[in-house]
Amino acid sequence: MSTILIRNGHLIDPAAGVDGLKDIVLRDGRVAEVAEPGKTTLGKAKPGPDLQMIDAKGLTVAPGLVDIHVHLREPGQRHKETIATGTAAAAAGGFTSVAAMPNTVPTNDSPEITRWMQAPERNAAIRVFPIGAATRAIKGEVLNDYAALKSAGVVAVTDDGHPILKDSIMREVLINATRCGLSVIQHAEDTRMTGGCSMNAGATAFRLGLRGMPPEAEYGLVERDIRLVTELSMNGKGDKNGHRPHLHVAHTSTAQAVAAVRQARRNGLRVTCEVAPHHFLLTEEHVGAYDTNAKMNPPLRSAEDRDAMIQGILDGVVDAIATDHAPHASHEKEVEFERAPNGITGLESALGLSLRWLHHEWKLPLGRVLSLLSAQPAALLGLRGRGTLSVGSFADVLIFDPKQEWVFQAKNSRSKSKNTPFDGWTMQGKVHWTISEGRVAFQAATA
Amino acid sequence: MPPKTVENRRAPMTPEVVASTSESSAGSLLSVNGLTLEAVSEILAQATVLEREDPLKRAERLAKRRIALLFYESSTRTRTSFELAAKGLGADTTLVSSLSSSIEKGETLKDTGLTLRALGAEAIILRHPNSGAPWLLERETGLPVLNAGDGMHEHPSQALLDLRTILAHLRPGVETVTAETLAGVTVSIVGDILHSRVARSNMLLLPKLGATVVLCGPKELLPETAAQAGPGIEIERDLIRAIGRSQVVMMLRIQAERLAGLQVDLEEYKTRYQLTEERLAAHAPTALVMHPGPIIRGLELTGEVADGPQSLILEQVHHGVAIRMALVLRALSQPARKAVGA
Repeated sequence: MSTILIRNGHLIDPAAGVDGLKDIVLRDGRVAEVAEPGKTTLGKAKPGPDLQMIDAKGLTVAPGLVDIHVHLREPGQRHKETIATGTAAAAAGGFTSVAAMPNTVPTNDSPEITRWMQAPERNAAIRVFPIGAATRAIKGEVLNDYAALKSAGVVAVTDDGHPILKDSIMREVLINATRCGLSVIQHAEDTRMTGGCSMNAGATAFRLGLRGMPPEAEYGLVERDIRLVTELSMNGKGDKNGHRPHLHVAHTSTAQAVAAVRQARRNGLRVTCEVAPHHFLLTEEHVGAYDTNAKMNPPLRSAEDRDAMIQGILDGVVDAIATDHAPHASHEKEVEFERAPNGITGLESALGLSLRWLHHEWKLPLGRVLSLLSAQPAALLGLRGRGTLSVGSFADVLIFDPKQEWVFQAKNSRSKSKNTPFDGWTMQGKVHWTISEGRVAFQAATA
Repeated sequence: MPPKTVENRRAPMTPEVVASTSESSAGSLLSVNGLTLEAVSEILAQATVLEREDPLKRAERLAKRRIALLFYESSTRTRTSFELAAKGLGADTTLVSSLSSSIEKGETLKDTGLTLRALGAEAIILRHPNSGAPWLLERETGLPVLNAGDGMHEHPSQALLDLRTILAHLRPGVETVTAETLAGVTVSIVGDILHSRVARSNMLLLPKLGATVVLCGPKELLPETAAQAGPGIEIERDLIRAIGRSQVVMMLRIQAERLAGLQVDLEEYKTRYQLTEERLAAHAPTALVMHPGPIIRGLELTGEVADGPQSLILEQVHHGVAIRMALVLRALSQPARKAVGA
């Protein structure tokens, strides 16, 4: 494998506390050196077959982004996305690691499927970390074999999209996952309150004649899960091996859910949460004229909820920005609003939206934004050597121009699906290079 | 670095929200929200012109033009009335209903709409169980669409014919409406507001003319958020108080097909909300009684009230044909928008 020298870039590596001009040497898929400009051991070496030089002058170099919530649709739904197309889109968006949700067809509840997803034949452009189904066929009844899943490469368990409602099962899931050192991710939705619903409950849903999902359906389940984590944490002592349960709340969308996570953290519990760009940018008003690209689960909420997501990101209670990338074919979305599937794509717009709004508009420091998109999510799922560019880490690198504005065009997306509400939106921060484990996974046409 | 609080930052500037009221095709009527008072006046005036016109002359207006009625839900009044309206103008109509068509075989609304367009339909009158379906049909076909009832959302032609009925009694001769035309008039809408598209269209239309709309019903059929649907809307849970202050009382059917598991105690409902001769005589002896139909005698109102002197139920049906003639003519009179691929 060749060596890559990235020269004259401004390195921002929040986890390592680095923020300045650096040269970086990548070798054998790892970060070999980080040095002052011109001071690497390569000296004045010339580019050749074994040495690629990337001039990053005027650009920012950062750890490759980590998205802990994507739906790659493989196996089973190749018409929506494949691991190859989904990861190509991820690379174009600056991501070098994605965690793939298990609601595939069949669901990922076996070591075989976990390995199949990671096999070289899938042609992934970047690293895929499968998340295993918490219960058999995500039915919320019988637990899967977490030890076997973990040894096959699973980094967490969840029944994403099919929340675990039974207290006794959720308790067992937390106990068993904790024993294996796995995080439990919950899509918090009490589906007993959301049958037939297609948007947020409230005045807008009433006016549009749509049945609404009450916010309680989300935060009620978050509060239930936190109660279980409280019980199982044994006053911080954890189980007999000292392991404390880790609950991660997926795609938080209500003010009360963020408040519950904040309180749990004050109480010393291992409870984390993520927010998707659409939940910190859009509100239920964006359903507009029944736009199916504004239909997702959890739904777009009220302006107060949206503001609470921003506040949670600014004050640090939110641990990660995750896209919930959920591709659907155009014919699946070109239907009546109530019949359309939930979800939007997000991998190619997450960085541009985060920089445009969180950094530029709401003044969150660039390092904090990058941390929410890399170091923190990597740490949250225990992805060692990811989300940082300290020597010895994986050579997962994002090189971008944080100031450059551009317009996102859904038709140019590398994803198989184009279901995004952000078509035509102005983005900030153009990805020039994405390097995954020392290989160039994406290079902008202009770079 | 202390992050800025939400309070002192300005709201995010996001691209303008496309309101559900936007009418992309000028001849369409998808929601009463997009109707200006000027447009309402034109429709009312046109309805009168067409109603009075010699039937043979009227039938030349849209002679041999093609209009499709696409009905995914059963209907008596609306379907017949739109059909008579279109035929009264000389148009050829074709009815496609969800039973007895390829819809049964799984054809999507988009494909059914494109097929009707390919068959020469110049406008589509749509009734559909899903809220918002007319927007999809209009977007995909580029044809003018008349919303004949979409899910729990709207039934704009019903609100217009209700308005014509109200004006005929309270403001006889008035066709040019203003924001004051119905000032001082209170209209109670009683019953299953939550599931009613007629209620939504009326509560959005009548206040534009200055009327106050009082919604009346139990919590499970009338959520508090209904009052935020637009200006001029109030909630009054007590039937007697609601009808006591009203010049018009609109009764609604409990929509059993949309209750989705909701249990309603019908005996209790009748005790609290049934419109009876006694209640009418004691509290609203001169109020106009309306109902969009179908009525369930003995439930939301008694047979005596339905057939009584204050009832305008059949008059509403009569006004429907005139209003729908005006709407069909309006749909085909707009400069045609070039449809994609047409």
